[in-house]
Amino acid sequence: MLHTVNKSPFEKNSLETCLRLASAGNAVLLFEDGVYGAVKGTRFEPTVSNALSNNKIYVLVSDLEARGMNKDNVIDGVETVDYAGFVDLVADNKSVQAWL
Amino acid sequence: MEEDEEIIKKFLYVNRKAPYGTVYALESLEVVLIGAAFDQDVSLAFIDDGVYQLKKDQNTSVDAGAGMKNFSKTYRALEAYDVEKLYVDKKSMDERGLSVDDLLVDVEILDEAKMAEMMGQQDVVLSF
Amino acid sequence: MKFGILVNEGPYQHQASDSAYQFTKAALEKGHEIFRVFFYHDGVNNATRLTVPPRDDRNIVDRWSELAKEHNLDLVVCIAAAQRRGLLDENEAKRQGKDANNIAEGFRISGLGQLIEAGIQSERLVVFGD
Repeated sequence: MLHTVNKSPFEKNSLETCLRLASAGNAVLLFEDGVYGAVKGTRFEPTVSNALSNNKIYVLVSDLEARGMNKDNVIDGVETVDYAGFVDLVADNKSVQAWL
Repeated sequence: MEEDEEIIKKFLYVNRKAPYGTVYALESLEVVLIGAAFDQDVSLAFIDDGVYQLKKDQNTSVDAGAGMKNFSKTYRALEAYDVEKLYVDKKSMDERGLSVDDLLVDVEILDEAKMAEMMGQQDVVLSF
Repeated sequence: MKFGILVNEGPYQHQASDSAYQFTKAALEKGHEIFRVFFYHDGVNNATRLTVPPRDDRNIVDRWSELAKEHNLDLVVCIAAAQRRGLLDENEAKRQGKDANNIAEGFRISGLGQLIEAGIQSERLVVFGD
């Protein structure tokens, strides 16, 4: 199962609830304002780092770059994908749940 | 529509927004009602502020002041549409100081593991 | 693989429509099929042909219309959500006694059943919203 999160963790609890209710082995994609959850040095870094032991976490690189960041700003273990990679994630998982 | 009848998928509607402040709760319910005609295996999850959609005693009348359409009774009518699986996230309910007695319809309260398991079984997840 | 797409927000206000467009384009480029793109909530506003964005910005509505033409996409606007928000095609305008219609090329107005059908017929349904 793929979870998508498009909200900044500072604005909404979408990421927090997603990680709380995601099963081990589920994939999580951060995009739009959700990319702020993938960035090093925020107060959410420990939460996201811990989640990496249960879930694969991806971040959409074009949304990172749009917001003045790049791969170097991303928490270790979080993988970057482009839109083609986003499509692959959807295809590779049986269902997709958007945490709006 | 004939070929649709052969396919039965598990549809989950995820409700995470409070009613009235935005239109999502009402329009989500409209999808559920239309979707009921398709004879799919339907579940509704109420998580985060979505739990507030089920709060008893909603009064939106012009006299009361809000002057909006009160759609809360529709949740109680879902049973007549064979939509019977309503799940509430325990933590979301607890955090909001609510208990089952505050809710206007019978629901099943799920802990995190059960909610995660239920979500994992779905084919189509519609989030509003 | 067959994808269904749900767009829940209007153009410009939220990134949802941009993301849905980029995703749809990438899926088509990879050889996937898009069963339907369904526009709901404020997403119906993606279908008005009356938008006039500044020249240096993207034209979200035209972009959808062009993609639909190129790939024969089925772009469906929810009728109930559309009527609330003033989105009408010629037939609906006549039926409701309104003096204008505003639906853009490549979009059609239909019922919510089209969304459920997209969920049933597509192998994956991806939701873009707020």
